[in-house]
Amino acid sequence: MTAVADALEIERVESHLHPEGSFEVDDHAVPTGREEIWRFTPLKRLRGLHADAALDGSAVGAEYDGPEGVVVEKLDAGNPALGSSGFVPTDRIAARVWHEARQRYAVTIPAEAELDRPVVVTVTGTDTEPASATHAVINAGAHSRATVVLRFVGSATLADIVEVVVGDGAELTVVSLDDWGDDAVHVGHRHAMVGRDARFKHVDVSFGGEVVRHDTTAEFAGPGGDIEMLGLYFADAGQHIEHRLFVDHTAPKTKSRVTYKGALQGGGAHTVWIGNVLIRKVAEGIDTYEENRNLVLTDGCQADSVPNLEIETGEILGAGHASATGRFDDEQLFYLRSRGIAEDEARRLVVHGFFNDLIRRIAVPELEEQLAATVEAELAKNVLATPASRGDES
Amino acid sequence: MSTLEIKDLRVSVTTDDEDKEILKGVTLTIKEGETHAIMGPNGSGKSTLAYSIAGHPKYKVTSGTVTLDGEDVLAMTVDQRARAGLFLAMQYPVEVPGVSVANFLRTAKTAIDGEAPKLRTWVKDVNTALEELNLDPSFAQRSVNEGFSGGEKKRHEIAQLELLNPRMAVLDETDSGLDIDALKIVAEGVNRFRAQKGKGVVLITHYTRILRYIEPDFVHVFVAGRIAEQGGPELAEQLEAEGYDKYVKAAAV
Ligand SMILES: Nc1ncnc2c1ncn2[C@@H]1O[C@H](COP(=O)(O)OP(=O)(O)OP(=O)(O)O)[C@@H](O)[C@H]1O
Ligand SMILES: [Mg+2]
Repeated sequence: MTAVADALEIERVESHLHPEGSFEVDDHAVPTGREEIWRFTPLKRLRGLHADAALDGSAVGAEYDGPEGVVVEKLDAGNPALGSSGFVPTDRIAARVWHEARQRYAVTIPAEAELDRPVVVTVTGTDTEPASATHAVINAGAHSRATVVLRFVGSATLADIVEVVVGDGAELTVVSLDDWGDDAVHVGHRHAMVGRDARFKHVDVSFGGEVVRHDTTAEFAGPGGDIEMLGLYFADAGQHIEHRLFVDHTAPKTKSRVTYKGALQGGGAHTVWIGNVLIRKVAEGIDTYEENRNLVLTDGCQADSVPNLEIETGEILGAGHASATGRFDDEQLFYLRSRGIAEDEARRLVVHGFFNDLIRRIAVPELEEQLAATVEAELAKNVLATPASRGDES
Repeated sequence: MSTLEIKDLRVSVTTDDEDKEILKGVTLTIKEGETHAIMGPNGSGKSTLAYSIAGHPKYKVTSGTVTLDGEDVLAMTVDQRARAGLFLAMQYPVEVPGVSVANFLRTAKTAIDGEAPKLRTWVKDVNTALEELNLDPSFAQRSVNEGFSGGEKKRHEIAQLELLNPRMAVLDETDSGLDIDALKIVAEGVNRFRAQKGKGVVLITHYTRILRYIEPDFVHVFVAGRIAEQGGPELAEQLEAEGYDKYVKAAAV
């Protein structure tokens, strides 16, 4: 055992992928937008979250529904559960949430519990002012099996931290569903510590909101862990959806799969995907693959996609990444239409096809139907309108 | 009496901002019950003719007419043409990731018939059509053409022909890339289709091989965007022996 423990002594690595964190707000200057980690984000539209806007709002409430045995409790500042995932703020917003969050709570799944239905936490915002901050810790005990769904709805200006601790041998799925109204701003930080031989699946679905930015990071507490990060997003006119991911392979024989797919439609729709993976010297025999695909449905959209792999050991099983942004494929449309399928129906088939394998991999039956329906509703907004009828509307 | 009538059709494609005329006045009439073979060298415009009939947006009709039973085909959208009874088996069928063959076929059938097919008989029909083309029933669950071999794509086109059962079918090099067993299977499918009343077939091919299994009523030699010669099945034999040389030379003059 000592050999493993020694191997896990993590060296410091000089890399922009993991800047030195700090809990002190003053250690993080107010960003100007020129910083690497902020250059894609429309700071002006963050309503001061990144600067000094008060975070004392109470316009965000949480409701909880889940099977027996799961413990949900409020935490006071300083409770040792906070930070138990190893989370250290690496930007000003996270540091501010750490200190100023009005609501702190923990969702704990006891060791060896096997939940027969998902735990659902519904976060509802009632107003965009004032801004609010929350801090949650999801802890899945050793060898437990559970699915936790965080649903965000309504209007809000929210900065939050969600920490996830996946115990040894546990299997945990966390679904984060941003189904906000059009006026919401949400800057979220998620960090997972994945135990030995544990499996963690993170599903990040973002449909609503004016500006949504999620920093999702994960590391391993021991060898044999498996991380799957799936993302599905749909940006409409004027919407900014940004995902910044970082998988830190801190232990040997670990595996990560990152797959994010997005569709964009309407003027000013902007999506950002930054996929960072670091394979540390200790992380021998690991296997990683990250992928981002964007489907651009109309003119006037922008999809930025930056995969980034840093490898410090050659002793790995596999490491790769792929990124592609494409327009609607006219040949696919022609093929379907040449079989009698009307244009709107053909477009719908192609977009469903684009998301289909991803929705299947989410594998939360309770959600599958809802996701398909939400994709449908997004499509109804624009894609189904033929160019002619779009003209009629304006 | 179904008739597809193509009159003096001229078609261009736009490349590097300039229009290039590919079809230079094609006239051809296909009546129901007839099978027309179109043979010609690479690049002569055979696929362009097929795509133009189907309405591919890349091809611009500059003059001429195409009618199906007197109806203006060129005024119809791509999907309207299919619903009017036209079918194109493509030389290079397109992959549509994430859309299952079963979903695709049901959606197409519903669009063409104007109502959803009866569930019980439909599943049986699909399985039969796949089996007859030597495609395993598991193909129904795969994404349309994705990862299909060249031959499987072609057989999938003919399975669609049988299920959608149009009036006029244009088959663009359905025979190329098929081994002899697959060729026979495909030919049997086409023959089942044309054995029905009221069906017409345009068979585009490079080889006489398929014409031994699907006997044409007429053979057209297609060179440089035009029909250079027409005749009966014997013309195909002559082409096999002599090649297109004399027509190509004549067209170049
Ligand atoms: N989309 C296009 N863009 C540019 N040129 C095109 C396009 N489609 C066809 N062409 C050109 O038009 C000519 C005819 O092409 P077409 O595909 O119709 O020939 P074909 O007779 O079907 O040939 P093959 O026997 O090789 O299938 C060729 O010179 C081809 O390069
Ligand atoms: Mg061709």
